[in-house]
Amino acid sequence: MTQFLEVDHLGMTFNGAEGELQALQDVSFILAEQEFLSVLGPSGSGKSTLLRLLAGLIKPTAGSFQFGCLPNVQPRISLVFQQANLMPWRTVLQNILLPLELQGVERGKALERANAMIQLVGLEEFAQAWPSELSGGMAQRVAIARAFIAEPDLLLLDEPFGSLDALTRERMGAELLKIWQSQRTAVIMVTHSISEALLLSDRVMVFSPRPASIVVEMKVDLPRPRQEETRYDPQFQQYAKRLRQSIK
Amino acid sequence: MIKQPVSESKSSGKRHKTLEKLARYNGWLVIVSILLVLAVWALGVLWGKPPAFLLPSPQAVWDKFTSTLADGSLLRHASVTFYEVLAGLFFGSLLATCLGYFLAKSSALEKLLSPYLVASQAIPLVAIAPLLIIWFGPGISSKILICALIVFFPVLVNTIIGFRGVPDNLRDLMVSMRATRWQKLHLLEIPAALPILFGGLRIGATLSVIGAVVGEFVGSDKGLGFLINVGRGQFDTALVFVAIFTLIFMALSLYGLAMLAEKRSTRWKSAHH
Repeated sequence: MTQFLEVDHLGMTFNGAEGELQALQDVSFILAEQEFLSVLGPSGSGKSTLLRLLAGLIKPTAGSFQFGCLPNVQPRISLVFQQANLMPWRTVLQNILLPLELQGVERGKALERANAMIQLVGLEEFAQAWPSELSGGMAQRVAIARAFIAEPDLLLLDEPFGSLDALTRERMGAELLKIWQSQRTAVIMVTHSISEALLLSDRVMVFSPRPASIVVEMKVDLPRPRQEETRYDPQFQQYAKRLRQSIK
Repeated sequence: MIKQPVSESKSSGKRHKTLEKLARYNGWLVIVSILLVLAVWALGVLWGKPPAFLLPSPQAVWDKFTSTLADGSLLRHASVTFYEVLAGLFFGSLLATCLGYFLAKSSALEKLLSPYLVASQAIPLVAIAPLLIIWFGPGISSKILICALIVFFPVLVNTIIGFRGVPDNLRDLMVSMRATRWQKLHLLEIPAALPILFGGLRIGATLSVIGAVVGEFVGSDKGLGFLINVGRGQFDTALVFVAIFTLIFMALSLYGLAMLAEKRSTRWKSAHH
């Protein structure tokens, strides 16, 4: 497997009004091309900070990370947040088109790709709807479509289904799996759900409470393509047990 | 320093509220209300018989309206005022929007300038209008300046609030997608701030009419404010009424237009089923 991203002793300390806050400490790992990596950990640990660093939204205070592609080529990164984060003044279709507009893709081609993407997430009937008309699950599907249409080199998912109810959440996990299996890209997903992490990932990392560092790193050797039923595999259950024990 | 968008000035707030409430009823209710007032007015004049220079009858005002319309004087004066109002509104809000954008971006700049901006609001424009006429002459340009000055502050405040209110999450999204500065401006910041910007423009529109009349009162030889002065001087109260009604019509039209733009820019807000 080719190496895509190398994270080297990454650390982040925030200087807030109440003094220093160390969010991330000495995090090192390597992400392969097309690898799906999940990060589990107690809430309030520096998981989101890791994603914000990789997305270039903040600068690290220690260590560094480097993408394996050519040194002066910036990789394309898509970010999905816990909230769908759609632009309320744009329709579903226009929201999905946004990354292509930014990339300067020609209009006809962009529309073609957006329509295919809308079909993939099953929102054909809502292409012209406003975000305010969507349920939480539908809005998050639009956000995922928007992330994938950019054809990112790296997809960063920050608790993408955290605001959804349990049933919708499971369905969305399976749907994300389906989309990802058709459009392989490197993914780092922060989540609280052990089964979500196991169903989707090639590898799972567990973070300690703040300042976050890696306490467990586990390869998930379940055959692909995986389905909903994979959740009931005995091997899956064993993995889940091990992860549960490692999270404090 | 500046935290609340300017929605309505205190004195005109009630008037606008009532208007909005009325607009929600069927149109005929408004017509009934207007007819009722006209009837009371006509009957009052009929029974009370006040001298015409105190209170002319609706009929006399209407006659004055048609005659000034026929000889072209009403349109001539109204178009001068309208031009001043529009030009003042345009330049005042253009300048305020540009400055407001940079003030919203830099709180250091805002801290530096806001004492002056707030202090400038303590000076009644009516008091310095004569000075502006002395400096810039009795022509149209001094009126445009007065309109621009009166429009400036509310539009500025709304611009700052509007651009500050752009959600951080969406900013992060744009940054993570490597949007350029220009893309951030026209795909995120402007559409996000637009409803509040139009809100500022709506208030600015009615203020601009006030500015034009104030300027014309102080010194001019044309415009509706001048017409009111002439009517007062000649005890032609009907003419004063005609000028006032024309001003009301002008202010309401501009207000309605800005409100329409505001509504259109927030179509998505009213989309709930």
